[in-house]
Amino acid sequence: MDKRKKTKRYLNEVDEEQGKTKLKTIKKANFNGDIIKVEMKPMKYKKKKFQGKIKNSSLDPDIIKKYSRGKQITGKGVRTNFFKEKVKRKEVVLEYATEQAVRSEVLRNEIEGFIQAEDGERTSDFRQKDIIENVDITSASKNFNLKLDFGPYKHNYTKNGRHLLLGGKRGHVAAFDWIAKRLHCEINVMEEVTDISWLHIETMFAVAQKKWVYFYDNQGTEMHCVKRLFDVNLLEFLPYHFLLAAASRQGFLSWLDVSIGGLVGHYNSNLGDIRIMRQNPSNGVLCVGGGKGVVSLWSPKEREPLAKLLCHSTPISSLALNSTGQQLVTSGLDNSVKIWDIRKLNGSLAIYKFMNPISHIDISHKGTMAFSMGKTCHIYNKKLYEDQPQIYLRHKSDCNIQDIGFCPYEDVLGISSNTGFDSVLVPGSGLGNFDSFESNPFQTKSQRRENEVHALMEKVPAEFISLDPSTIAGVDVQTLHDKIEAKKSLFYLKPPKVDFKSRRKMKGKGGSVNAAKNKQIAKNLARKEFIQDVRSKKKKVISSHKVSEDFIPLESNKSSVLDRFNKKIK
Amino acid sequence: MKVKIISRNPDDYMRETKNELHKVKRNYDPDLHPMEATREYVRALNATKLERVFAKPFVGNLDGHRDGVSVFGKHPSHLSTLCSGAYNGEVRVWDLPSRQSTRNFIAHDGFVRGICYTNRGDRFITIGDDKAIKFWNAEKPEDEEDEEPINTILSRTSIHGISHHRKSNIYATSGEVCYIWDETRSEPLKTLKWGVDTLHSVSFNQVETSLLAACASDRSIIFYDQREVKPLRKVILTMKSNKLAWNPQQAFNFTVANEDFNLYTFDTRQLKNPIKIHYDHVSAVTDVDYSPTGKEFVTGSYDKTVRIYEIHKSHSREIYHTKRMQRVVCVGWSYDSKYVFSGSDEMNIRLWKAKAHEKLGVARPREKANFNYQEALKEKYAAHPQIRKIARHRHVPRHVYNAQNKMRKIKDKEQKKEGNIRKHSKPGTKPFVPAKRKTVIKEEV
Repeated sequence: MDKRKKTKRYLNEVDEEQGKTKLKTIKKANFNGDIIKVEMKPMKYKKKKFQGKIKNSSLDPDIIKKYSRGKQITGKGVRTNFFKEKVKRKEVVLEYATEQAVRSEVLRNEIEGFIQAEDGERTSDFRQKDIIENVDITSASKNFNLKLDFGPYKHNYTKNGRHLLLGGKRGHVAAFDWIAKRLHCEINVMEEVTDISWLHIETMFAVAQKKWVYFYDNQGTEMHCVKRLFDVNLLEFLPYHFLLAAASRQGFLSWLDVSIGGLVGHYNSNLGDIRIMRQNPSNGVLCVGGGKGVVSLWSPKEREPLAKLLCHSTPISSLALNSTGQQLVTSGLDNSVKIWDIRKLNGSLAIYKFMNPISHIDISHKGTMAFSMGKTCHIYNKKLYEDQPQIYLRHKSDCNIQDIGFCPYEDVLGISSNTGFDSVLVPGSGLGNFDSFESNPFQTKSQRRENEVHALMEKVPAEFISLDPSTIAGVDVQTLHDKIEAKKSLFYLKPPKVDFKSRRKMKGKGGSVNAAKNKQIAKNLARKEFIQDVRSKKKKVISSHKVSEDFIPLESNKSSVLDRFNKKIK
Repeated sequence: MKVKIISRNPDDYMRETKNELHKVKRNYDPDLHPMEATREYVRALNATKLERVFAKPFVGNLDGHRDGVSVFGKHPSHLSTLCSGAYNGEVRVWDLPSRQSTRNFIAHDGFVRGICYTNRGDRFITIGDDKAIKFWNAEKPEDEEDEEPINTILSRTSIHGISHHRKSNIYATSGEVCYIWDETRSEPLKTLKWGVDTLHSVSFNQVETSLLAACASDRSIIFYDQREVKPLRKVILTMKSNKLAWNPQQAFNFTVANEDFNLYTFDTRQLKNPIKIHYDHVSAVTDVDYSPTGKEFVTGSYDKTVRIYEIHKSHSREIYHTKRMQRVVCVGWSYDSKYVFSGSDEMNIRLWKAKAHEKLGVARPREKANFNYQEALKEKYAAHPQIRKIARHRHVPRHVYNAQNKMRKIKDKEQKKEGNIRKHSKPGTKPFVPAKRKTVIKEEV
């Protein structure tokens, strides 16, 4: 028999006496049930390792790419561990922000528009009549036609797409909420109207008249007349800078700050009569199309164009930029349309030939392009350079088209012609989901006021209008470059010229020979001093330049047998 | 043919009644928010400007003392209570929210040299020039005339500073020698001596609770351990230190306010040189007190200003001054880290905000979010020259401005002279010694 006592385990069968577990409290002593002890494993703490990218596989990488602000920093090149860790932690926060932005897409409730053609149908065969029959009443009411007598007309939508401004060449100006069909004002300025533009809110607009630019409120009351903007052909409003840009018949480009009333830029571009001008929405630079087929980019603080782009061999007839400000579409009198990447300025992405010269182009938020020629307007909804262009929709106006423009955040294209204005439905052109803090079609009066104050507080100074406005958030490489250049130039310094004039205390003492001698001495002294100074500085530069350990010099200091063949330096 | 067109139901986008919040739809697509960097920069610039606009640090003053305020005692658990002592021996207890003094009595003949609450906060101890250590009940007596000390101990030597142990009922006084006392006994437990000198102030470490340090008149800082018989260590600086404050979060760090206009932050593990020298004062620094976060400290100076430093920066982030504020003798940082007190020669105690631009009172969630956003923006664009200039700019009194210029000139001159001497002496005989190396003269064990 094994006399050794068996070790007791909980799962072994227990005898009567030992099965009773000793209980500590009286309350528990009355307890009759089984007591099962559960062995708890201590929780293991898993150290979460830093991951370089978003691991979550449920998110679409393409969408992540859209929201991400560039590559992550791994902390390479950061000197101390402390800052390395800091950089990494910051990356985690940024990553989280990106992830949240991606997830927020779920909350968007509007579905973008489209037309689906059945077999044997082509979308280009559909007329407005067909579309109207297939949409709801409110959308159908967005298609309308205004017959007006003071043409040729121009039109302008507000930034939120809610209000429309019409300007007839023969003085007719009308402002209205086109969705609710509520007229704000209708006036005749009794003068030629060359262009119109809304300002930052729908209670104010600017009208370029025969001679000067006038400002009206939405009741049609003249508020202001700016005589420094004269003979203006075209107006563009830059909403983030609060600048009204004007191009004149004399070739003057002017930027008027509408919040303080001062001109921040006003100069002659030497382009002659400016007929085509658009702003780049991503940086506020003005793109001016010239008679020589050149598109030039202008900012208020630089009197020379920031860049020039030879687009066509013939005069440019029209140009447009997409909403991201990356692509430029130009058309020339040579019946061609070219698409450019405006950030690169080398070579067009695509060239297309049309039957007639294109007179006007516009691109919607989602990239739908509209081209007008004569009375007709062709709409393409695919990106032209990606696919074979196929006409998406066609529209024929009663008269020659004078201006086309997509309505922001709506599936609507405004076409103004000699005899009036057409509002045309283009499903799929508008952006469905707006950002209320950016532009809100449903904004109330109080919201508008609030936004106006915020927008004014955040007014971007005119100095920031440049080709790449994001440089402010980058590293100041230029300064570093300059520093290096300054160090380099130390090696090629020339001693300054010394113009020494001796003090002649007593006339008659000491002739010009002595003076010349003294001058020479002073010159030499100055030169010596300078050379010494430069030499010491050079030494400093050289000594501060550390040679890395893995650097192997081409010629080693050790003497070699082959040295005897070197030329001897005397 | 199938057509879908954007047709928004206004009910989804507009609020129903005026009492509701406006409905807000967000689309974070970067393409919809052009010029992100520049707009953010402008926001950061505005935030920085607004910070300076709202920088109104002065909260209020406590007046009542009939002589210059010499010392503060902070209650360990009541944020609203502050005790102060004056040159005429008067002690006042203040109710900070109402800015009224709740108690006042003459505690000592001559200066009140130190006040400290016990660790439980039920009583406070005052010391004065009359060599007396007096215990007072923290509660106000029923009748004002019953204002009598619970206990009075007469010390054999004069005493200048007092500090209470964080956890037990032990306290230390400094004077000609350093005594360790028990609250329940009238004789010191221990006497710690190192040479013949006067110890101006003594301070218990708040984390390593047995450790304490004192500033002596022979320009030295002496470290003691309450459990040991002898002092631990001694460091002699170039000039006398007036006050010492331990970092409440990092047990090994402390800062001393020095007569040579600077403050020195030391690491006890490495006393050969300070880890940071804090410049900017233009006269002797009289007092220093840490924020409970251990990241900042406040200093008072004989140049009539109060400055706030971050522990790892050598220049102050804030300067507080008023036309009427005279020599600042004592400063304190409240235990909620939001306020700073300063007591000065002209009998007033002033209350300041620790963050000059901070909004007082409860912030609503949206407000709070906005403040956080502004702070993040300021931090992100802090290095931009325009923003940095605005954030750094402070108006200083003329005498400070002039003194700063003078000091700068003196420093430049000395540097130039040193450079000249180096230039004209044998290479290597005049080595370049950094300022940190010059501060500590001797370290004794």
